[in-house]
Amino acid sequence: MSGTQNAPRSIVTTESAPVRWLLTGIALLFVALFLVIPLVSVFAEAFKQGWRLYLAALVEPDAWSAIKLTLLTAVIAVPLNLVFGVAAAWAIAKFDFKGKSFLITLIDLPFSVSPVVAGLIYVLLFGAQGWWGPWLAEHDIKIIFAVPGIVLATVFVTFPFVARELIPLMEAQGSEEEQAALVLGASGWQTFWRVTLPNIKWGLLYGVILANARAMGEFGAVSVVSGHIRGMTNTIPLHVEILYNEYNFVAAFACASILALLALVTLAAKSYVEWAAARQAAEDRRHAVE
Amino acid sequence: MTRRASLLAVAFALLSGHALADTTLLNVSYDVMRDFYKDYNPVFSKYYEAKFKDKLTVQQSHGGSSKQARSVIDGLEADVVTMNQSTDIDAIVEKGKQINPGWEKRLPDNASPFSSLQVLIVRKGNPKGIKDWNDLVKPGVQVVVPNPKTSGNGRYTYLAAWGYALKQPGGNDAKARGFVSSLFANVPVLDSGGRAATTTFMQRNIGDVLVTFENEAEMIAREFGRGGFEVVYPSVSIDADLPVAVVDKVVDKKGTRKAAEEYLKYLWSPEGQQVAAQNYLRPRDKTVAAKFAKQFPVVKLFTVDEFGGWTKAQKQHFDDGGIYDQIAAANAKK
Repeated sequence: MSGTQNAPRSIVTTESAPVRWLLTGIALLFVALFLVIPLVSVFAEAFKQGWRLYLAALVEPDAWSAIKLTLLTAVIAVPLNLVFGVAAAWAIAKFDFKGKSFLITLIDLPFSVSPVVAGLIYVLLFGAQGWWGPWLAEHDIKIIFAVPGIVLATVFVTFPFVARELIPLMEAQGSEEEQAALVLGASGWQTFWRVTLPNIKWGLLYGVILANARAMGEFGAVSVVSGHIRGMTNTIPLHVEILYNEYNFVAAFACASILALLALVTLAAKSYVEWAAARQAAEDRRHAVE
Repeated sequence: MTRRASLLAVAFALLSGHALADTTLLNVSYDVMRDFYKDYNPVFSKYYEAKFKDKLTVQQSHGGSSKQARSVIDGLEADVVTMNQSTDIDAIVEKGKQINPGWEKRLPDNASPFSSLQVLIVRKGNPKGIKDWNDLVKPGVQVVVPNPKTSGNGRYTYLAAWGYALKQPGGNDAKARGFVSSLFANVPVLDSGGRAATTTFMQRNIGDVLVTFENEAEMIAREFGRGGFEVVYPSVSIDADLPVAVVDKVVDKKGTRKAAEEYLKYLWSPEGQQVAAQNYLRPRDKTVAAKFAKQFPVVKLFTVDEFGGWTKAQKQHFDDGGIYDQIAAANAKK
C-alpha cells in the first residue's frame, strides 16, 4: 500500500484504492437502493397530501383498532415466548437428557415452516371443519377468525426467537457457575435468579426485541386465521393491504409508516442492547484482569 | 405481573368496546364490493334503527370470492355472505352446511339483487383499436385478466369469451376453445383477484386492455380520473349475477336472523337499488333502472345457463384438470 506510515490500518487490505472505493460504493448503493429509498418512500407517500390527512388516517376507528390489536397481540405473544424461551434454553443448555436434539429441531420448526402453513395448521385444528371445531362451536368458544387465533398464530411464528438466541449463549457459558452456586447451598430458584439470569440478560433482551418485531409485522400466518373483519380482526399489516386495495394510498402508507416506525424503534432498542452488552462485557473483562 | 395483567384487561376492554352495539352483523363479501357496501351499510343502519329501534352495526370482511367462502366454511361467523357467483355459496351449503339448501329461492331474482357484466377497459384514445372480443386475440395485444382458478371475475371473462366465440357464425366448442386459448396466451400477468388486476393495469401500467366488471370500471374512474381510459362495451357479454344469502347456522346461533334477513331484503328496496345504481351495479328495480338508464348501455347478454349452470361450468372448465388447466398448460409450453 502507498503510505507505510499508516500501515496498521491498511495492513489487512491488499487491494488498490479504486477497487476498495468501488466495493464500498457498490455496497452503499445497494443499501440506498434496497433499504433507504423504500423506507423514505413509505414516509413520503404517507405525508404526500399533508399531515392532517396522515393523522386522520391513523385515528380512523378501523386503523386505530388495527394498531391496538397489533400491540395487544405483541403484549401477549412476547411474554409467552420469553417464559418459554428461557425455560427451553435452560433445559437444553444446562442439562443432558434423551430427545434433546429432537426438542431443538422442534423449536426450529416455525422457522422452516411457511407462515401460511402455520396459519392453516390452526384452521385445521380449530376451524369449523377441523378436529376440535365442533366441540368449540358447541361451547361457544371462538379461536379462529378472532383474537385468540391471531395470538396463537403469532406465538407460533415467533416461537424460536428467544430460545434460539439463548441456547448458544448458555452453552458457551457452561454450567460451572451454577454448579458453584448449588454447591454453596443456593436453591434452584436462587441459582436461576442470581446466577443464570444476570448472565443471559442481554441475549434475552435481544431475543425479545426480535420476537417483538416479528410479532408486530407478521402477515402470512395472521392473514389465514384473521377473517379480515374490519375494526375487529385486522392487524396493522392486514389493514395496510386492505387500504392499498381500496386505492387509499395515503392511509395505507400512513399505517405502513407506523409499522416502519415501530421497526425503527425496535432497531434502536436492539442497537442500544448490543452496545450495552458490549460495554458490560468489556467491564467484566477489566474486572477479571484486576 | 399484576400490572401486566391489568394492562391486558384494559387492552381487551378497549378492543371489545367496538362490538358493544345492540346488534352486529358480519357481512363477508368479495373484493370489489367494498365500495358498494361502504355506501349501503349506513343507509340500511339508518332505516333499521328507525324501524326496529335497535342499534345496528355492520362489519365487513373482503377478499377473493372463493377464499372468503372457504373462510366461512372454516368457521368465520358471517351473518350474511354476498358473493359474485352462486358456486361460492353452494360450496358453503355443501362443505360447511352453514347455509340451508334452497337459499336462491328465498329471495327474488335467484337471490341476486343486482348484476354486472364484463366490459373491456382500454387506454385513452384506444390506441390498439379494440372494439370487441375478437380484438383481444390479435397478436401484440396484451390482456389483463384475473386468474379464473381463484377469481369469479376471471371466470366470467373466460366464459364471456367462450360464449362470444360460440355465437359467431360457424361457432362450435372446438373453435371456442381455440379462441379462449389464444386470448389467455395474450395475458401477461394473471392476478389472483379483480382488484389486483385493476392495480396491474392502472398502477403498474401493464397491458392494452383490462377485462373486468362494469362496476369496477366506475371505481377506476373515481380513483384515477376519467381521463386515462375508455370503457368499451363488447357486442355480447355475460350476465354476472351477484348472489347473497343469510348464513342460517350463524344467525340462529347468534339470534340475528331478523336483522340479517332485513339487511338482504333491503337490497331490493328502491333505496338499496339506488345505491347499487350509483355504484354502477345494474339494478333490478324498473324505476331505478329507468332513472339510471343513461349509464347502462344495452348489451346483448347471455347467462351461465348457456354452460349448463355454474356447477357444470365449474366442473367442466375450472376444476383441477378441467379445460382451463389444459389451456394454461398448453400455453405455457409455447
